[in-house]
This record gives sequence, structure tokens and C-alpha cells, in this order.
Amino acid sequence: MSNLIKNIIRFTLFIFIQVFVLNQVPPLHHLVTPYIYFLFILWLPFKMGRRTVMILALALGFSLDCFTKTYGLHAASCVLIAYLRPFLINLLISQEGAESNYNEPSIKSMGFTPYFTYVAILTLLHHSFLFFLETLETGGYFYFVLKALLSSAISLLLILLTELLFVRKQRFRTNTV
Amino acid sequence: MRNIFIFIRIYFNLLFFLFLMGISLFMLFNYNRYHHTVYSATAGEITGMINRQYNDVEYYFQLKKTNDSLVKANEILYNKLKQDFELPDTVTRLAIDSIRIDTLLQQRKYLYLPAKVVGNSVNLSNNYLQLHRGLQQGLVKDMGVTDINNSVVGTVVDVSTNYSVVMSLLHRQSNISAKLKKTGETGSIIWDGLQPNVMVFKDISKEIKVNKGDTIITSGFSDKFPYGLLIGTVKEIDDDKTSSTYIIRVKTAANFYNLQYVYVINNQQKEEPQQLLKNVKKTNE
Repeated sequence: MSNLIKNIIRFTLFIFIQVFVLNQVPPLHHLVTPYIYFLFILWLPFKMGRRTVMILALALGFSLDCFTKTYGLHAASCVLIAYLRPFLINLLISQEGAESNYNEPSIKSMGFTPYFTYVAILTLLHHSFLFFLETLETGGYFYFVLKALLSSAISLLLILLTELLFVRKQRFRTNTV
Repeated sequence: MRNIFIFIRIYFNLLFFLFLMGISLFMLFNYNRYHHTVYSATAGEITGMINRQYNDVEYYFQLKKTNDSLVKANEILYNKLKQDFELPDTVTRLAIDSIRIDTLLQQRKYLYLPAKVVGNSVNLSNNYLQLHRGLQQGLVKDMGVTDINNSVVGTVVDVSTNYSVVMSLLHRQSNISAKLKKTGETGSIIWDGLQPNVMVFKDISKEIKVNKGDTIITSGFSDKFPYGLLIGTVKEIDDDKTSSTYIIRVKTAANFYNLQYVYVINNQQKEEPQQLLKNVKKTNE
């Protein structure tokens, strides 16, 4: 399957799962709002240009915003993590030349610990920024910190489950070709 | 000049990021203030269509509950019928009303319009409903919305051609003028974002005696809702030590988890009082 089609399918699937599954289930607690749709941005190929990633992030966030009627809220958080993504990848990549040998960030291409540090940091950033923008309207900063931490924890659990259930097959591409 | 170009080339990614972030933040604050933008009409149509497809399936799972509440609504209406009441009075006789039906229609203030709910959320911090009824079917902004049993659900905030967006009571900016049924004290109903189906009733003086289970109804001061629609019942009373008013938690009468049909209330006598108010403001300036 080509990269383009794969990513289009992922985009729609993540939006629909977020809107029709995660936003519909009765809340565990008012401090917990799980999100996994931004995994689309984390799974984009290493080689994709930074501007393309940011534009895709804006599109992804805006699509979700259209459903929740919070135009700009998720878009802003997605653009933020899309901008910070390359810095983290450069920092955390352990294997020599993993960017050229593998297609996209995953457990196999980066190793379990670096990959999950990468996911955890971006999840925390995404949630913090999202709930920060929400509390700008209402106030309550202790509430915001607690909500960001608890929601990130549940989101990370869901992401871990996703990674374990849907193992992405990564072809090793030798750079000698 | 050359330096500027070099600067832009070096920091292009950062500038591009700031530009996109600016767009997002502008959209966010703009929509929070006006609840209507150029793109929200188009976006509403598209998400409305997708939500309708989803709701076609989801609706079947809610049929039983919807049916039950319709039976309840019917029971209330049947008990209000004229033949249910009979006076043991010899004066009772049939009289033909001589008022023409046209004049009666001119007296009408509120007209209920049914609408299908296609999208609904309860667990976000600002919740909206989406209705499959829009501009072409006679909805405009600022109409009140009630559920099947005529208890308050929210206010229409944005309308597109065939769909409309309703700010549910479960929204940080929703503010509805309400009244204690027993004593007639007025206050406002807001949502603190904590639990769905639990609202906060403010501005009730501590001199008033409030009990658990007291009914709270609409005050009829706003032009969205008629007087006396059920909002909810008192769940618990917090004695706020720092002020002279209670903080009352209210369990909503409408169940926001399974809204399938709602009624939109069209106030047909809205213009005249609004015009009057505008004139008064003008003369006072």
C-alpha cells in the first residue's frame, strides 16, 4: 500500500475513532478526557518535511474541531506537537541511521524506551497545551494541571494498547540500494 | 534588506509554525466570542452529514428509551384534555367561540418545532448538540431548545442551511435565567464543568429556605423560553461561607445522555420588546 493511501486511511480512522468512540463513551471522571487521534502525527514518516507535517497537523486538528465545535483548539495543540516532533526524534533516536533504514517512528525502528519517551513527551505537551487553552476561558489552574496529568496517563495507556494490538510491520530498508 | 531575507530563510520553519499557531488561536478566540464564522456554516453541513449517518445506527439502540419518554409526554398531554374535567354545575353548557382563528394565531407567542438530534456530547468541557434542522426549515440563532418532556436543553447558537448547532446547558458559557418554583426567587443556572447532568444555581439569598428536591423552572425573563419550563430539581445545597448567597447543585430534568428528539421554541413576538429595549437604551445614552 502506498504511503499516501495509508495515511489518508489513518487520518479518517483516527478522526472517527476519536469522535464516535472516545468522545461518546461515558466519562470515567471529569478530569479524564482521553485522546489518541494525534497518534497520526507521531506516525508520519521520518522523511516528511517539517512544513508538510505542520500543515497536516493543522488539517487533522481542524477536522476534529469541526466535530467538537471548538474551532482552533485541537488545531493549535496539533501544530505545536508537529513543530516539536523533529527535535525530539533527533534527540532520542538511538540506532545509527534509523531514519534512513526505517520508514516511520515505531517501537521497532526506535526501540521501546526511546519510542515511548517520544510518545509520552508529545502526549503530555499536547494535553497540557489543549487544557491550558481551555482554562484560559474559565480559570482554575490547579484543575488544569491535574486534568493534563490524568488525561495524559489514560491516553498513554490507550496508545500503548493500540501499539500492542496493531503492530505496524516495518520493512528494513538497506541504504545500500 | 539582504539580512532580512537571510533571517527569514533561516527561521522559516519557526515563522511558519508561528503563522499556523496564529491562525488556530485566532479561530479559537473568534469562535468563542461570536459562535458564528464564515467556515462554521460549511463545516456544520459536512459534520452534520457524517453525524447523521452515525446517528442512523445509534438511534436504534435508543429506541426503547425514546419511546418511553414519548409515552410519558403523551400521558401529561392526555391529562390536560378538556374531557378529563367535568364540573357538577348546571351552568356548564356548550358555547361556540366567536373569535376568529386568525386572531388567535396572531396571539401565538411560542411555536414548537421538532428536530432530530444527530450529534451530542456530554464529556467535553464545552458541549454542543447538532440538529438536523436549519435555516431552510425555519431555525434562526438564539432560539430555546427543550427535550421531549419540555425540560430545558440549551440554545441555538449557529445555523447552516440544513443543520444547526445548539449550545447545551453543559457549556461553560451557558447562562439561563431560572426561578425557584416554591418561593419565586430568581437566579441563574450555569455549569461548572464537573459532572454532566448536574448544574449550579447561583444568586439565591440565604434568607430563603431551600430544600432538597425543590423544583427549578425557567423564569420567563429571557425571550428564549416561556415561563415555567422544568430545568431540574435541587440535589444539594452548599453553604458558601464567603458570600450571602447559596450555591445550589441542581440535577437536570433533561437526560443529556440520550437525546434523540428535541423541540426548538420559536418566539414569534420577539421583535417588539427588543425594539423597545433598543429605543430605551438609545434615549438614555
